[in-house]
Amino acid sequence: MFELERLSASRGGELVLHELTATIEPGATAVLGPSGSGKSTLLRLLNRLADPDSGTVRFHGRDVRELDVLDLRRRVGLVPQLPAPLPGTVAENVRAGPALCGREADVARTLELAGLDPAYAERDSERLSVGEQQRLMLARALALEPDVLLLDEPTSALDEAARDGVERTIRGLVERPGTSTVLVTHDRAQARRLSQRTIELRAGRLAVGAAEPVASP
Amino acid sequence: MTPSIDITIGEVAATLVLVAVAAAVSLYRRTELEGDLGLAVVRSFLQLTAIGFVIQAIFDSDSLWLVAALLGVMVAFGTFTARRRARAVPAAALPIALALSVAASVTLGLVLALGVFQPEPQFIVPVGGMVIGNAMTTSAVALNRLADEVRSHARQLEATLALGATARQAAHGLVTRSLRSGMIPLIDSTKTAGIVFFPGTMVGMLLAGAEPTDAVRLQIILLWSLLGSVALSAVLATGLGYRSFFTRAQQLREPIAEAR
Repeated sequence: MFELERLSASRGGELVLHELTATIEPGATAVLGPSGSGKSTLLRLLNRLADPDSGTVRFHGRDVRELDVLDLRRRVGLVPQLPAPLPGTVAENVRAGPALCGREADVARTLELAGLDPAYAERDSERLSVGEQQRLMLARALALEPDVLLLDEPTSALDEAARDGVERTIRGLVERPGTSTVLVTHDRAQARRLSQRTIELRAGRLAVGAAEPVASP
Repeated sequence: MTPSIDITIGEVAATLVLVAVAAAVSLYRRTELEGDLGLAVVRSFLQLTAIGFVIQAIFDSDSLWLVAALLGVMVAFGTFTARRRARAVPAAALPIALALSVAASVTLGLVLALGVFQPEPQFIVPVGGMVIGNAMTTSAVALNRLADEVRSHARQLEATLALGATARQAAHGLVTRSLRSGMIPLIDSTKTAGIVFFPGTMVGMLLAGAEPTDAVRLQIILLWSLLGSVALSAVLATGLGYRSFFTRAQQLREPIAEAR
């Protein structure tokens, strides 16, 4: 699905990815590594929120720089590490993405998919708990019906109970055919729970002993 | 026409007593502003004296080309000053230069076309200077606000870009708020003119011995013209300035993206 070829990327003037070559297959993939290992940067290269210093990202065989960037981002949705709801109601947030390309969103169905009660639709998004806001971020990305969902440490800002809930929802999405997921996490157990394959990064390179993406047990 | 008054150098020098008051306050409360105060007094004297001679020469020559050249120099200095104040906006010089020149030419063009003023240096120079000065302050205020907004909403901006929004769509709300912050000061001072403060033109004309009704009419013309020119400069500065925070690929530029 994604082919990464000799990717080098920097953040704040520091090189965080060093000539990384890997393949991300359809299905559920986890990118595992300690903080600062370049995981989040890698995720941002997949939907072109950033560009690498050198190297190529291919999506279904085509260099992402050749694709229409807005279309790419609709097909490769991102759930950020920290929730960033837009001012307005939950429903307005869910409709935001589809509205940008003239589509309508099925708000109730999308909220259900993200594990939020459809009765939340008219609530003020900024008054939700952090856990609920993170589900809203999931719903907002899902409303675009993406082929791939990029999840950037989606539970790192949550307490245990909220984390379990969001994980359950992600597991439901992973098991659903049609949508692939790329989950960035520093938590090996979470990677095992939520993915079929793991790419392990250490200091911007594939971790030793993981020269190829390895299937988790 | 306003009768002119004679002001001697002695009268100018006498007002240094008030400057001395300021210096005394600074010394007494140790604000350490005496240096700045001294510089301000010397610079204002030299700059205003110099511009006085320049304007006199332009009035004597009666050349509209010289007027245009003077306004061009004002736009250049205004751009330089506003650029320094809005340092947090990358590549702000072009938006500011455009904002100042368009505000000046459209406002002057309209007041001349409407017959409010005659196309003579005596009118164009002071009105142009006022328009450019206000456009400079407005652009700097609006762009500074824009930089603050982009920095404090970086996460939201990126999340919106990730939904397939263009930079323009993602920044829409921020640009509007920055535009407002540029326009509000003049709208507020226009609201309070005559109650809380007497605007400069009116004060000048009254001091020069003009009829109060004439002074007021001219002041109203200038305030209302400035409203238009300030709006034009703010909309151009923010409408062009936001682009420098994004790349062509609709990405938030580093280092803003880093501060998410």
